Amino acid sequence: MRATLFDKLWDQHVVTSREDGLDLLWIDRHFLHEGSHHAFAKLAARNMKPARPDLSFAVADHYVPTRHRAEGIADATIKRMVDQLSTNTATNGIRLFGMNDPRQGIVHVLGPEQGLTLPGLSIVCGDSHTSTHGAFGALAFGIGASDVAHVLMTQTLWQKRPKRMRLTVNVHLAPGIAAKDLALAVIARIGADGAQGCALEFAGSAIRALSMEGRLTLCNMGVEAGARSALVAPDAVTLAYVTGRPFAPTGEALERAATAWARLISDDDAVFDREVTMNASEIAPIVTWGISPEDALPVTAALPDPTREANAGKAAHIIAALDYMGLRAGQPVSEIMVDRVFIGSCTNSRIEDLRAAAAVLAGRKSRVPGLVSPGSSLVKQQAEQEGLNQIFTEAGLEWADSGCSMCVAMNGDGLAPGERCASTTNRNFKGRQGVGSRTHLMSPAMVAAAAVMGHLADVRPLLEGRV
Amino acid sequence: MQEFVRLTAAAVPLPYANIDTDQLIPARFMSRPRSQGYGDFLLHDRRKEAGFQLDDPAYRGAAIAVARRNFGGGSSREAAVYALVDAGIRCVIAPSFGDIFAANAANNGLLAARVTEDAAEDLLARLLASPSEVTVDLQSCLIDGHTQFEVEPVARIKLLRGWEDIDLTLSHADAIAAFTRADGERRPWAVPVTRAF
Ligand code: SF4
Repeated sequence: MRATLFDKLWDQHVVTSREDGLDLLWIDRHFLHEGSHHAFAKLAARNMKPARPDLSFAVADHYVPTRHRAEGIADATIKRMVDQLSTNTATNGIRLFGMNDPRQGIVHVLGPEQGLTLPGLSIVCGDSHTSTHGAFGALAFGIGASDVAHVLMTQTLWQKRPKRMRLTVNVHLAPGIAAKDLALAVIARIGADGAQGCALEFAGSAIRALSMEGRLTLCNMGVEAGARSALVAPDAVTLAYVTGRPFAPTGEALERAATAWARLISDDDAVFDREVTMNASEIAPIVTWGISPEDALPVTAALPDPTREANAGKAAHIIAALDYMGLRAGQPVSEIMVDRVFIGSCTNSRIEDLRAAAAVLAGRKSRVPGLVSPGSSLVKQQAEQEGLNQIFTEAGLEWADSGCSMCVAMNGDGLAPGERCASTTNRNFKGRQGVGSRTHLMSPAMVAAAAVMGHLADVRPLLEGRV
Repeated sequence: MQEFVRLTAAAVPLPYANIDTDQLIPARFMSRPRSQGYGDFLLHDRRKEAGFQLDDPAYRGAAIAVARRNFGGGSSREAAVYALVDAGIRCVIAPSFGDIFAANAANNGLLAARVTEDAAEDLLARLLASPSEVTVDLQSCLIDGHTQFEVEPVARIKLLRGWEDIDLTLSHADAIAAFTRADGERRPWAVPVTRAF
C-alpha cells in the first residue's frame, strides 16, 4: 500500500539497482523516427545490432511532406532523412511505418492507434512528447540520442526515480472548453518548469470525464510543464480504446492484462512530493501570447505589463516576449490578428480534435489561409468518411497528409518571418514554426474561431446552437 | 567521454529565462551528421539579435555559460548539447534545467549546475558588469569557492569519471535475461501481437 501509480509502474520494470540510486529499467516499447539517425550512428560505431528489434517501431513523421506525396520528395535533405530511416531500420530488422504505409502517422498518434501503446508498459522515444503515452497509465518518457542508442543495444535504460507530483482537477470542464485549455491553464499556473524532475499524475473528476483523445492531449502537454512523464490511471475508457487495436492483446491475454491494469491506481494513502488542486469549472478558453507555453491567458484577458512586474527576470521575459511577438503591453488578447492557422501535431490531430474544429467551421469561411494535417493516415481516412475534409476545404483551409508538419517546420511546411499563426501545437518557442515565426497555442475549436474571425477570439459564442 | 572535475574559464552571461532547445539549435540544422560539428549552430537565430552576448568579443573563448531559469526545456534533441559542447561550452549554470537536457548533458560531459535564482542573478550581474573567469569545482560543488551548486548525484559521478553507461549495462546481461524470463510469465500481454504485420 501507500504506493503511487507511478511507483507501481516503475517497480515492475526494475531489472537491477545500483548503489548510486540508479535503477536499470526494462523498456517494453521503443519508438524511432527520422531524428534517430544520431543513435543509429552510435550503434554502427560500436558495431552492434539491436538487442530486441521486435520491441522497436519506427515511423516517418518529422520530415515527411504533407502534400503531393505520390510524387516523391523533392528536397534532397528531407529525402535523405526519410530514406536514412528506411535504411537504418531495414539494416537493423526494425519495423517501419514508412511514408506511404496506410498506417503512417505522428509517432504519438500512431502508437496508441495501433495498440502498441498499452497501460502498464514502459515506453521511450527520442522525443520529449513521449509523455503523451502516459495517458494510458504507461511509464513513458522522452530521451536523447545517447539513451536511444543505449535502448537499442540493451532494451534497458539507467534512470533515477523522479519525484511524484499529482494534479487533481475537480468538477468538470464547461461546454466548449477542451483538454488543451486545461493543459494551458495548468502550465500557466505551475510554470513551464513547474513539474521539472517529476512524474506528473493527473487525477480528479475532470480527468476521469476526459476521452482518450483528451487525456492524450493533456499528457502530451505535461512535458511543457517540465514533467518527465505524465500519467492518467487506466480505467474503462482506456480498456475500451485499447480493445481490438491491431497490436493489442486479445482473448485470455487481454483478460489477464485487464486484471493487471485495474491495479494501476495510486493507493488512497499514497504520498506525493507535491500536490496541486484545480477547479475545472473556472477554466476559460486559453491562448498563449508569448514565447513559452507558460505565457498563457484566458482569451478574455489583456496582455501583461512588464512595468507592473516586481521580479526582474519575469519583467525581462515579458519585454522580450512582447517584442518578439510584435505585441504591446495591456493589449486585449482578442485584438490580436492572425495571418494563418494550423490544425495538427501530436497534441491535437486526432479525430475528436478535427471534429471540434469542424463543428466551428461548418458553413463558415476562414479569413486567413491555413493547413489541417491529420495525426495519422487512418485519422485522415476516418475524417474523410465523416466529411470533415469537405468542411475544412469549403472554409478555405488546405487538407493535407499526416506528419509533424508545421509543428516543427522540418518538412518545409512553416511560417514566413514575422507571420502569426493560431496553432493547435504544443510549443510557441521562438522560431519553432520557422525563423521569426509567431505562434499562439490553443485548442482546435479556438483555432477554428481564430480562422473564422481573423483574430484570436472566444469560441463559445460561435458554438451557440451547434453543440 | 571527457571527464569533468574542475574548470576555470571565461564565462558568458545569457540573461534570459526559458532558453529552450529549439533556440539552442534550430530544427533545420539537425539533419547533419555530428561529425560535421554543431558549434556554429549554437543559438544560431538568436546570435543575430543586437547585443546578444555569445558573440561579444568581451566573452570570447567562454567555456561556461550562465542563464536564467528553465534552461534547455523543450525538445529532447541531444543536438542542443552537441551545439554547446562543440562550441566549447563545458558547463551551464542556471536555476533550473529541462530534465531531458540535463540527462543528455551528463551523457556528453557537459555539467548542468543548478544554483538559486539569487546566485544566478549575482553571477549574471557580475559578468555583465565586467567579463571575468569563473571556477567550477565538481568535487566540492562550489562556484568560485563559495557558491554552492546542485547536480544530480548520478550525473556528478558520470561526469567525474567520464563514464558511458553502456559498458556497465552489458555487464548486467544475466540480470536482464533473468528479468525477461520472469516478466514473460508475469506479463505475457506486454509483448506486441505480431499478427498485425
Ligand atoms: S508533432 Fe511536433 S511535438 Fe509532436 S512529435 Fe512531431 S514535432 Fe514533436
